[in-house]
Amino acid sequence: MSPLPQSGMSAPHAAGHGEAGFWRAYVFSTDHKTIAKQYLAWGLFWTVVGGLLTVPMRWQLAWPGSDVPGWGVVGASEYNVLVTMHGTIMVFFVAMPILLGAFGNFLIPLMVGARDMAFPRLNMLSIWVFGLASLVLLVSFFVPGGAASAGWTGYPPLSGKVEYTGSNWGLTLWLLAHALEFAAFLMGGVNFLTTALTLRAPGMTLMRMPLAVWHQLAATLIFLLSVGPLIAGAVMLLLDRLIGTRFYVPGSGGDPLLWQHLFWFFGHPEVYVLLLPPVGFVCEVLPVFSRKPIFGYRWILWATGGVVGLSFIVWAHHMFVSGMDPRLAMPFSISTILISVPVAWVLFAMIATLWRGSISFETPMLFALGFIAMFVFGGLTGIFNGSAPVDIYLRGTYFVVAHFHYTLFSSTVFGAFAGFYYWFPKMFGRMLSEPLGKLHFWLTVVFFNLTFFLMHNIGLAGMARRTADPRPFEMLQPHQWINEWATVASFLLLAAQIPFVVNVIRSLVAGAPAPVNPWQASTLEWSVASPPPHLNWGEALPVVERGPYEYSVPGESQDWLPQRRPLATGA
Amino acid sequence: MAIQVQEQPFYGLTPAKVGIWWFLASEIMLFGGFIASFVVFRLGATGWAEAARHLNVTIGIVNTLILLTSSLTIVLALAAIQRGDEAALRRFLGLTILLGCAFLGFKVIEYTGELRAGYAPWTGTFWSFYYAMTGLHALHVLGGIVVNVVLLVTTEWRRRSPHRIEVAGLYWHFVDIVWIFLFPLLYLA
Repeated sequence: MSPLPQSGMSAPHAAGHGEAGFWRAYVFSTDHKTIAKQYLAWGLFWTVVGGLLTVPMRWQLAWPGSDVPGWGVVGASEYNVLVTMHGTIMVFFVAMPILLGAFGNFLIPLMVGARDMAFPRLNMLSIWVFGLASLVLLVSFFVPGGAASAGWTGYPPLSGKVEYTGSNWGLTLWLLAHALEFAAFLMGGVNFLTTALTLRAPGMTLMRMPLAVWHQLAATLIFLLSVGPLIAGAVMLLLDRLIGTRFYVPGSGGDPLLWQHLFWFFGHPEVYVLLLPPVGFVCEVLPVFSRKPIFGYRWILWATGGVVGLSFIVWAHHMFVSGMDPRLAMPFSISTILISVPVAWVLFAMIATLWRGSISFETPMLFALGFIAMFVFGGLTGIFNGSAPVDIYLRGTYFVVAHFHYTLFSSTVFGAFAGFYYWFPKMFGRMLSEPLGKLHFWLTVVFFNLTFFLMHNIGLAGMARRTADPRPFEMLQPHQWINEWATVASFLLLAAQIPFVVNVIRSLVAGAPAPVNPWQASTLEWSVASPPPHLNWGEALPVVERGPYEYSVPGESQDWLPQRRPLATGA
Repeated sequence: MAIQVQEQPFYGLTPAKVGIWWFLASEIMLFGGFIASFVVFRLGATGWAEAARHLNVTIGIVNTLILLTSSLTIVLALAAIQRGDEAALRRFLGLTILLGCAFLGFKVIEYTGELRAGYAPWTGTFWSFYYAMTGLHALHVLGGIVVNVVLLVTTEWRRRSPHRIEVAGLYWHFVDIVWIFLFPLLYLA
């Protein structure tokens, strides 16, 4: 049959990349798989930058005032730049491009049986706007006054006037980079939601969609509906800085608290934007490596729906001591603790999936289990922070630093590595080395805990986050060994990524070619070649016959039933 | 290779329409952030009603009528392409663009008058909100005009994907509706 015109999919695009030259195929590509790799490349680049920024930071905390090799002494303003840019980069330029940009783009069309995204050219615009955002953020390091240094939360009045931090263009470019990044992810988000709703293959009903897709959609929905107020707030901050409007200026009718409300109305849902995609990855990995259906597919969906809804009404738990009306503390404490119910529900479903399964510990499975263990720990300390009376003591201490590293590191590192090791063969067509992967996992899990666990203690002892120099605080002196300990452990945690880098390079150069379905998984992406061809499915779209987790079905000869109807018997 | 491409309309909605609705949902949250902040400040602040009296209500009303009329003309443009009448499509699309430009023209006159009278974005928080909200809205009107101009000067889409005028229309109605919220909030409240 002749090519059918499809709204949003242009004729030159449908003509295929097979005949396309280098630039069309690898740079100006509209193929969702190429765009996913471009997002991955940016994300990995920023991981290196964001990770290395911690070296001078941790050195300064362990041995304050001493020369950092290859860097020099870290001054207080410089420390502020480091801590601000580390947070900004890790949340917005590492976690989002990798978890949503790379995995969302790669997985959604493949898992729902589409040929590409609904709007492939918009998708290309998305990665290019993201690239522009990355360049703007890079430039901001090198302008006079240095990069942004008002904390990743950018609270006014600190961020409102150049005199307060000394960073002029740095902070303005920081705002601009965020604006561009949000535009990029809005384009991506519209694509994700539209693709999954309108371009599913025949038979792929909503209730047969893999949970990885559902969780991408949930995260996208949260992002789409929460980022607007932050953009509004960022416009106000930019206008305050550039032309002297009075949004956040107390004394002439403005209020700096407005920023905190607008920031956290986005900022807290954002942590669920970062949590839900890895939850989806783990929901794919667990059934495959325990040869069992996921426990409670629909229940997980309902729970995730609850997380989406509740995530919009918890934001003020970041503001218990900010000077907002104290009567708000109780309702926001309650909603915050309430959201742990659906999250725990999903985690219990994950654990129940393991129950009496034939578990095998390949690298993706190890990282998935690491995610569960570490995230439960981070979630538990969240209950401390969410309770207003406890938070009044803990707020702004290293206890909070430990808490959000246990939650965010577990989701964006353990969760992302689970997904990465699992889908790498499909993405790049090569197998990774299992021994190196296992070494990477064990080193990471050990040094991660050694780095962050004792931060709880030094936080309880009173060390404030963003402290540039612990020496003036007498009560911290007996605990200085924790800072030294955490610094050494964090360097080893960085070094623990070397096996990963070696593994990837080794595999790309000389890895064994990946078969179509190395893990014997049943979802659609494992029914095409590794890596999948342009437009994914060859001549005929796949026809879907069953749900995504049909493992160990009684009476069947093999312990997995692919979602896709076999081609031999297909129409 | 013959490639079979297929879409499953989601409750009768094509991808383009589903996409624009998601985009508009995020836009609602953007203006919603401004409007909610404004309302909270307005309830707690004194003197804002006094400041609002210096706005030009006459121009506000005229502009409201202009935008409402332009929402009608873009629907007539859609009706025109649905019955295959390209001359009428050009006429109504052109009219929509003219009305959009008229709106922006009046807005410029209004801004000039206010700035001359000494009411600048930095005069007070009310004025900061006024200029930021109406300015952001004006940028959206400008964006809509650009889209409509592209639809007017290009012809290929009219046979291949005639639904584009409907998608552009949905956006244009949204911009109209935002103004319906801004006008009473800023000028009348």
